Amino acid sequence: MSSVALPEPHAEPGTGKLGMWVFLASEVLFFGGLFLAYLYGRTHWPLGWAAASRHTDVVLGTVNTALLLTSSAVIALAVACEEDERQRRWTARLLALTAALGSAFLAIKGVEYHAEWREHLFPGPSFALDTPGAQEFFALYFVMTGLHGVHMIVGIAALAILAHGRRHERDWARADHIEIAALYWHFVDIVWIFLYPLLYLVQRHG
Amino acid sequence: MTTSTTTSYLDDGLTIRSWLTTTDHKRIAILYAIAITAFFFVGGAAATIIRLELATPQGDLVSNDAYNKLFTAHGVIMVWLFLIPSIPSVLGNFLLPLMIGAKDLAFPRLNLMSWYLYVAGGLVTLEALFLGGVDTGWTFYTPYSTMFSNTYVVLTLVGIFIVGFSSILTGLNFIVTIHTLRAPRMGWFKLPLFAWGMYATSLILVLATPVLAITVVLLVAERLFQIGIFDPAFGGDPLLFQHLFWFYSHPAVYVMILPAMGVVSEIIPCFARRPIFGYRSMAYAIMTIASVGFLVWGHHMFVSGQSLTASMVFSLLSFIVAIPSAIKVFNWTATLYKGSIRFDAPMLYALGFIGLFTIGGLTGLFLASLALDVHLTDTYFVVAHFHYIMVGGAVMAYFAGLHFWWPKVTGRMYPPTWARIAAVLVFIGFNLTFFPQFLLGAEGMPRRYHTYPPQFQVLNLFSSAGAGVLAIGYLLPLVYLAWSLRHGARAGDNPFGAKGLEWQTRSPPPTHNFDTPPNVPDIVYDYRVDEPDPAAEAVR
Repeated sequence: MSSVALPEPHAEPGTGKLGMWVFLASEVLFFGGLFLAYLYGRTHWPLGWAAASRHTDVVLGTVNTALLLTSSAVIALAVACEEDERQRRWTARLLALTAALGSAFLAIKGVEYHAEWREHLFPGPSFALDTPGAQEFFALYFVMTGLHGVHMIVGIAALAILAHGRRHERDWARADHIEIAALYWHFVDIVWIFLYPLLYLVQRHG
Repeated sequence: MTTSTTTSYLDDGLTIRSWLTTTDHKRIAILYAIAITAFFFVGGAAATIIRLELATPQGDLVSNDAYNKLFTAHGVIMVWLFLIPSIPSVLGNFLLPLMIGAKDLAFPRLNLMSWYLYVAGGLVTLEALFLGGVDTGWTFYTPYSTMFSNTYVVLTLVGIFIVGFSSILTGLNFIVTIHTLRAPRMGWFKLPLFAWGMYATSLILVLATPVLAITVVLLVAERLFQIGIFDPAFGGDPLLFQHLFWFYSHPAVYVMILPAMGVVSEIIPCFARRPIFGYRSMAYAIMTIASVGFLVWGHHMFVSGQSLTASMVFSLLSFIVAIPSAIKVFNWTATLYKGSIRFDAPMLYALGFIGLFTIGGLTGLFLASLALDVHLTDTYFVVAHFHYIMVGGAVMAYFAGLHFWWPKVTGRMYPPTWARIAAVLVFIGFNLTFFPQFLLGAEGMPRRYHTYPPQFQVLNLFSSAGAGVLAIGYLLPLVYLAWSLRHGARAGDNPFGAKGLEWQTRSPPPTHNFDTPPNVPDIVYDYRVDEPDPAAEAVR
């Protein structure tokens, strides 16, 4: 029994994927603190939350949701193509497309931020709305979407590098690394799926 | 057994560059040990000045402001730069792969990166202290930390944020390693309890640290932009901060104590020559403490104005933590029963741990009782209680482990007599320092003031004198362990006749840990009393 070889670090199948899952568990708790703060604010200032939410740009928010959901579908395709010998030539292009959709999301988010800055929706002395709680809403809006944006930037960079490496047939642009990147990308997408209704759709009809 | 002629991980590259770019978990553990030791003595220096100031009732050594900065520096450094990384990052890093029969951790480069993050975060924190310090206390309560404190709050928080990343990456690495890199035939219930302790600790690091990270982000945003999350002046709620902070910081206590329990569970069976009593219940108890530990944070907030219902639930859950903790204490004691006990230095520290942890745990029940806590909160009783857990528990176990595995890590034996003297000094000094603080707290002396009424002076003098003894007890190992690196006796591969896989390889181990794959025994802790103990004489 002592002749059995020991497992090699890095060579064990599934090691990287498990690592990413553990990291994502950590990320859930990271955003969890923000969702707790959101829950607290919304129960304390339902009116302020509703009033402030009406000042978010629901059209751009919805377009962004569509972009991000599409990007998740595209990266799922990339993973599937990488697994199939005959479809492998698509992988790099699909990865690049995912990164492009992500970048479009960030560009639109930038347009939104710009408009909100002009309308004095950034918390501070000249904040535009006077309903109590509205400023807290926008504080959380910027922190939540901002941190989500930081995660997007990391994801876009990773996908761009992977797409480049895959096109030039680099060793490290392997199927398992693509899958790990896809896991991360889906997570960032899921965070947005929660952020979208919480930030854009509070009593929209009111 | 050609210990001296075959190369070890220590000979595998002798340049500083080879150390700073290593991905060998054993070398990274040494890097951690050096950095952590430095921070330990910086934090200890702050504590020394605090105890000197408190020798007299008047504030005659440092000003109010300086005192506030001193206890904040002591807390921040000891919690984040020493206690949390100490056993996991030093002993865990070195031993976990050896104990489960792995060649390294699952992600060796990530391991090195977490050391660099730790050092970077530590240096940022230190810089904040040298620029002028922070006076909020290590808890950074709002609104003082957001609105009033005119000190380097943001810079310190940035340092803590970076160190948090290092914690998460270490935890992640350990979890994946234990899942994927166990040697063939090393089942979950053959894992040494130290590995169980590391696993439970890692779960907490991965799941609690991010909550601290987001709290820090919000606190920095509040301080810079006054966004109104925590500060009531802008519509925020300070209680939200306390909930988020303690959701991390209470489990963080278990990050300090669970690895300590793991260390003690390795040492007690070895020096009593008995299998650990109730192995499975020990493993379950560790996991129970880790999970219930996530649900008790509100006991830090009994006087904060939270609802009585919440307080009662938090109180009940805090009492429940006592059950698995007591299981562990009883099992260690039962392991000693009819054992062939040897009082070597690691065992002295481990036995000290059991006594001090028990006192720390029982006084925790005082504080978990709602009515008593109203009287005792924010007094020296609390200070004494958590020092019994953190210093009497975690630091004792760290020193126990340091001595126990020193021969494995360095190939040299520490001077046994000096080590025993230091262990006894630490135990005496510790009790002299902190036991009077229980009495002071019960009499009503509040924490965090640099002056106090004259009737408290006698007990404070005991405490300050004890701190001096404790300081000598901590400096001694620094000297004789360093001495032993060059002059210590060659230890041999298994000087204590211990049964873990880490003792099957050479001392110090080769770069890839095992020359031949280790033999995983059928039962873990297979100690027998009647078995001849090959090493007993060599050590004596």
